[in-house]
Amino acid sequence: MFFPISHTHINPFYLVVVGFVIGILGGFFGVGGSFIAGPALRLMGVDWNFAVGTDLAHIVGKSIVAARKHRSLGNVDLKLGMIMALGTIGGAEGGAQLIQALKRAGNVNSGVSWVAIVVYIGISVFMLWESHTTLKLHKGRSRTVSDAKAAASKADHSAFGSVTKKIQGIKIWPMVSLPTSGIPEISLWTILLVALIGGFFSGFLGGGAGYIRMPSLVYVLGIPTHLAVGTDLFEIVISASYGTFTHAIKGNVDILIALVMHTGAVIGAQIGVVATQYFAGPKIRLAFVPLPLIGAAIVIYTLATGHKL
Amino acid sequence: MKQDAAKSLRVFALELAIYAVFVAVYFFLVLHLLGGWLYRLEVQHRVVYALVAILLIAGQAVVLDAVTTALFRLIRRRWR
Repeated sequence: MFFPISHTHINPFYLVVVGFVIGILGGFFGVGGSFIAGPALRLMGVDWNFAVGTDLAHIVGKSIVAARKHRSLGNVDLKLGMIMALGTIGGAEGGAQLIQALKRAGNVNSGVSWVAIVVYIGISVFMLWESHTTLKLHKGRSRTVSDAKAAASKADHSAFGSVTKKIQGIKIWPMVSLPTSGIPEISLWTILLVALIGGFFSGFLGGGAGYIRMPSLVYVLGIPTHLAVGTDLFEIVISASYGTFTHAIKGNVDILIALVMHTGAVIGAQIGVVATQYFAGPKIRLAFVPLPLIGAAIVIYTLATGHKL
Repeated sequence: MKQDAAKSLRVFALELAIYAVFVAVYFFLVLHLLGGWLYRLEVQHRVVYALVAILLIAGQAVVLDAVTTALFRLIRRRWR
């Protein structure tokens, strides 16, 4: 089927299946799934600038559904989400401007591909190390009463905990408290910086950049994984809407592709959200590890062969 | 236990089949009826296109979520 806005021929059922897979990932991990969506669109011959913009549009729809589900499960810190949205919007604009600069220079496809490969592999390696170390630390330790209480309150452990404590200890005015996430005090600038970096990757690589923001929420800010998933999705609704708007006026959004992909994502998201209730934080993070690697492998394939499937 | 799992799987398969019919009809409506209009909008009025794009995807999200939730509830109730 021909999609006139991006000038590409794509089987709509391929888009539905991609959307379905991404929907499950979004509901389960709280990530937009752009590390799969972007490469999957590239595989069909869609230029990176369109893959990025279209994926952002698709993310808006998918995140609205998943965020609503997480909110009903009590997994959203609204205050944190609103603060982060401000930083993310600034970063997203920066990323979109860089895409435009690469588009003008004529090397958007190779430029974004290389950055995507480095980012996807880096995230996988880090999360593998962290979740493996955390699970090893708790293996063999008998389940105490406090552990049971922590599990019930959705708090979880991380091997990165000492660094997180140091970051939370940075006292640069103004300080904010996040009672929903169990953080008594943290600098507003730390939150905004995390959001700005996530937003930049969102604008540059597409999607909600949950692959950057979700680990940042857990490891840098110290948000419990279940809350990080829900809050990330809530924040993505706001920032991806802005990203869609700015990319659309730059001619980088094929909304028809986004609408078709989203039909699959609706069902996938419902399954993903329910699945989070059956897994502990470190296990969710460990299961996340191979996903960016799959995206990196697809990008390497398209970069090396220059062909679509 | 096994019976419950098999039953859940059957219900899910039925839900998917009905949803697939909805999606096929929807493809026809969106791609054939809106395609040309959206293309012209994208070429001639980018800002309007950007706003329409966000409204369309957000509207589709809310409507499809309501449809699937209602559909799932209906099927599961009838199956019991």
